[in-house]
Amino acid sequence: MRSRLRLGFRRRYGAGALHLIAHLLGFAVVAFALDRIFSGGDVKQLVIWYLGFAIAHDLVFVPAYTGLDRLLRATLSRLPLRTRAGLPVINHVRAPAVISALLLIIYFPLITGQNDGWYFQYSGHHVTHYLRNWLLITAVLFLGSGLIYAARVARARSRPAH
Amino acid sequence: MSVTKSPSQRRTPVDRVSGRSPDLPSDAEGRAPLEPSPRGLWRSPIRGPWLTSFLGTLLVPGITVIALTGFIDHWAHYPQLGGDAPVGPGADIPVLFHFPASWPSWSYAVAQGTHVTLGLVVFPIVLAKLWSVMPKLFQRPMVRSLAGAVERISLLGLVASVLVEFVTGTLDMEQGTSFGFNFNTVHYYGAWIFGVLFVLHACIKLPVVRRAYRERGVLKPLMQGLAQTKPEPPDEGGLVASNPAAPTISRRGLLAMVGGASLSILGVQVGESIGGPLRSVALLAPRGRVFGTGPNDFPVTHTAAWAQISSRMTGADWRLTVVGARTVSFTREQLLAMPQSSRTLTIACTDGWSTTQLWTGVSLATLARLAGAPGGAILRAVSVQPGQAPQIISPALYRDERSLLALRVNGVDISLDHGYPARVIMPNVPGNFNTKWVHELRFEAA
Repeated sequence: MRSRLRLGFRRRYGAGALHLIAHLLGFAVVAFALDRIFSGGDVKQLVIWYLGFAIAHDLVFVPAYTGLDRLLRATLSRLPLRTRAGLPVINHVRAPAVISALLLIIYFPLITGQNDGWYFQYSGHHVTHYLRNWLLITAVLFLGSGLIYAARVARARSRPAH
Repeated sequence: MSVTKSPSQRRTPVDRVSGRSPDLPSDAEGRAPLEPSPRGLWRSPIRGPWLTSFLGTLLVPGITVIALTGFIDHWAHYPQLGGDAPVGPGADIPVLFHFPASWPSWSYAVAQGTHVTLGLVVFPIVLAKLWSVMPKLFQRPMVRSLAGAVERISLLGLVASVLVEFVTGTLDMEQGTSFGFNFNTVHYYGAWIFGVLFVLHACIKLPVVRRAYRERGVLKPLMQGLAQTKPEPPDEGGLVASNPAAPTISRRGLLAMVGGASLSILGVQVGESIGGPLRSVALLAPRGRVFGTGPNDFPVTHTAAWAQISSRMTGADWRLTVVGARTVSFTREQLLAMPQSSRTLTIACTDGWSTTQLWTGVSLATLARLAGAPGGAILRAVSVQPGQAPQIISPALYRDERSLLALRVNGVDISLDHGYPARVIMPNVPGNFNTKWVHELRFEAA
């Protein structure tokens, strides 16, 4: 009897009762937390932040980097880069590009200097060196990645061809 | 990073995997696997339950530590005393932890440095994890049961809240609190939302993770180079591409890239927390730069100029008034003539940076005794800084023998930017507890 009830619930709901109970409890905590957040701020702004980031990530950010990656692949496939060793160069471009882009995203206010006012508050100096440092890091990343690629190609060439 | 075939590979038979044969695994209840997503949209051959499980497994310890250190920071603000705690008393879980007096004075710096640094370091893993499950967003039908709908809603909340936590945390570190809302409230209660949904998600996905590890091995896919990289068999969850492209990166290649990003962030960030020579290596961190080599050349949160401190407020007329059962007043010379203690103490900002210096001054416990502070009294440290609310300090903190009213640092008078004529400095508190330009200490019954 009991197991039939359980099966019936599972068929209608799609998962066990614990799944539903756990989610309802979780949603109660979320509702409470949202109420605390909304009571202290501009609701419109907050909704934009919460939904905006999720939407921007899924529908702008991911398609953007996926598109850039496709462009990169299309470009590389047109270049006469195929080495005898058959070592694809693509990841030696992807890795430094991804790392450089993440650093830019994380340190955007400093690299672009848009937080100069705040920076001045605590240092008594203006933002000057972050853009330079980021460009330097990016150059080192690409250079290092290129050197690793060159070393791999050299190693593959020194081995007898099959 | 999703992958399509280069023109030369177009002739590979596309239907070798997507033509589902009867011997392909279907789920436990005998339903056919979901059609993952519109054909051709998500074609990376490395997506699948193993990759997502592995990235998720990496996140569990990271996020646990970030959450714990976040709560430790919250409790270090003494929310039960009100004051400038991120979230005041009430509508909160109880305070479960304070740093014991026996712990080294840099314990809070380690906790908060870990919170901020690790928060940045796990971000590439979060993005990779989201990339690995992107086909789910475009799955049709969107839901196939009420349970599925409930899960979808919780996942939307999970993704939204992890992004909000990361973005608010990062922006707060880099430009103070300039949102259309209170950073502390949003970041703190946002952590509740993220935490609850994260635990739910981890519990629900545990069977999927265990199955992926059982079938593929926990680390075995990491042994496979590009040539051995094959798609996982079609899965119930629809992560595996139905018409996978030829691989351009191995799974371990992707993880190496993600790890490289995390290590790079660690490299340009952590020096501002550890300090010393490492600070100059923190090339992109907000406090990665020191503008001199003198005894007073270490970072501050606000300069005296920003705080509108004038020479009139801190000049010869400056007095320290200590109010307890009686009121006592001191000139700076009188304070310097009292027994001095020297302590190596760390200023650790909630932004994650910290700096350790040798401070000299009168212990707060001595001043409390001189003013006849009632037992259990709360200390309010008042600054000459215009518009600055008094800092509330608990008895346990000001009775700690390491807590000072500092007059000198590294053998010289503290500079105006560091709080001349006198500042509070205590072990294991958020930096803003160390009130600068102090002119009054009030010991009041709680």
